[in-house]
Amino acid sequence: MAVLVASGSKAPARPRRRPVVSSGWAFVIPFLVFFAIAILAPVVYAIYLSLFRDQLVGGSSFVGLANYGQALTDPDFWFGVGRVFGFMIIQVPIMLVFSLIAALAIDSGRLRAPGFYRILLFLPYAVPGVVAVLIWGFIYGPRFGLVGSINSFLGAQIFTPLTPEWVLGSIANIAVWEFAGYNMVIFYAALRTVPNELYEAASLDGAGAFRTILSIKLPALRGALVITTIFSIIGSFQLFNEPNLLKPIAPNAITSTFTPNLYAYNLAFTGQQYNYSATIAIVMGLLTAVIAYVVQLRGTRKELR
Amino acid sequence: MNAAPIERRRSRLAPRSSIGLTIVMIVLVLYTLVPLAYLLINSTKSQDDFFTSFGLSFGSSFNLFQNIGEVFSYNDGIYSRWFLNTLLYVVVSAGGATILAALGGYGIAKFRFKGRSAVFAVVLGAVAIPGTALALPTFLLFSSIGLVNTPWAIIIPSLVSPFGLYLMWTYASEAVPSEILEAARIDGAGEFRTFFTVSIRLLAPGLVTVLLFSIVTTWNNYFLPLIMLSDPKWYPLTLGLAQWNAQSTGTNADPIQNLIITGSLLAIIPLVIVFLLLQRYWQSGLAAGSVKA
Repeated sequence: MAVLVASGSKAPARPRRRPVVSSGWAFVIPFLVFFAIAILAPVVYAIYLSLFRDQLVGGSSFVGLANYGQALTDPDFWFGVGRVFGFMIIQVPIMLVFSLIAALAIDSGRLRAPGFYRILLFLPYAVPGVVAVLIWGFIYGPRFGLVGSINSFLGAQIFTPLTPEWVLGSIANIAVWEFAGYNMVIFYAALRTVPNELYEAASLDGAGAFRTILSIKLPALRGALVITTIFSIIGSFQLFNEPNLLKPIAPNAITSTFTPNLYAYNLAFTGQQYNYSATIAIVMGLLTAVIAYVVQLRGTRKELR
Repeated sequence: MNAAPIERRRSRLAPRSSIGLTIVMIVLVLYTLVPLAYLLINSTKSQDDFFTSFGLSFGSSFNLFQNIGEVFSYNDGIYSRWFLNTLLYVVVSAGGATILAALGGYGIAKFRFKGRSAVFAVVLGAVAIPGTALALPTFLLFSSIGLVNTPWAIIIPSLVSPFGLYLMWTYASEAVPSEILEAARIDGAGEFRTFFTVSIRLLAPGLVTVLLFSIVTTWNNYFLPLIMLSDPKWYPLTLGLAQWNAQSTGTNADPIQNLIITGSLLAIIPLVIVFLLLQRYWQSGLAAGSVKA
């Protein structure tokens, strides 16, 4: 890029420089047009909606930040936030450790047919989330599912994945199953970029396998770890598909306010409370962005050290 | 003096640790494959066998082809309509998203223009906005301009992939040398002509990666269609299967678990084939994206 600027400013190239500059915009504008329609406009509209309230008499009226005040003191909302936060703290580390072990093992060169493991572990990512939840829902089924068969074989209710105590863990299991292989591929791709000379130098210094992992592989994975952690956090805070699809078979365990997203959805589509629903969506968006930003700051700060 | 002990330790360690690692990997693979095996096995069962036989064993009859026939004929063959809808959404959205991301990412990587860093900051900021937080306001906006319950409600939001643009930006910075663009400029080629004749070939692995991940996102999309569509004739597969599932539980249930399972299996196969065929491309594209992160 530096080359481009330097040569562009040379005297003979001057007449050519202007078209180059404007065509930069020409390349970006098609994306920006759809970006404005599909992302900017809804965000602005949501903010606008969050400042109004439908009154019983007199239609919609401006209420300032009153909806935000309501959200901040809404126990249903905060229970949901607490639930996805608890989910995140348990599910994300388990999944990333799974992905990390698999990526390191495949990269170690000590497995026969590593490509075979790589593609098998990745397969669930190609399965639509809806289908993944349907399959696991059948497996969890207490009456006709796999869990049901095992329980009746054992003659006792040993496994109860759809009870209020276990349902969050059952959802976490589905999420681990869906995304561990995807994260593994990202880690593996990052490991492949480590230059071979580094490994040679380490082995000349007498470093064993674990030393190499600690001193070379994990530092090389830092960027990928930050990215996968951020995306997993965003995913946890957006939790919707799994609880919404399991709800019919676990009606006692999953309420309409189970996660903030489910809450916002039900507010809008069964309660017709669009203004408050938009407010919840914005608060969740802000919370997610703040947490993702903190993770990124921490991740990059370590990198600078 | 140094080399010998290292060699010896390697040859001593390698076979032993590979057994341990292999066992770990087999456990992980089993965990991954059991639900898929469950799907495969149960798609061969009749509805009666599904309820009476053990989940991981075959039923009394092999009903796979009968199930497939029923999937396509149930409810006046609505499943094929859902399949075609999904294809439409995928081709238009994922194709469009890839072209837009490629042009934009290339523009940011290869041109210096006023406002470039602002564009970049805004787009990257949008990566952190949760998609579902956007979906509700998008629904409200689209319903006020009459786009709800049309294919546009699915296609337009899916055309924008901030992450795709980011990936194309990192990929273009590395894969397209500025000297080539300079040479093309001196030869008098327009910027778009250069892009479509020269750069696009260098961008191919990045393009395939973005295309594949856009395909997956669109093929698997559930939340957006759930919100936007009320008419089953515009449903994609995901929403259709979810609806079959909803109607097979509760009161007045129409138990069609064998169709849900077989329909699910059929919905997975195209994506699995695409991933297997193109694995070399998307894995190298991901590698380039993960360096910069």
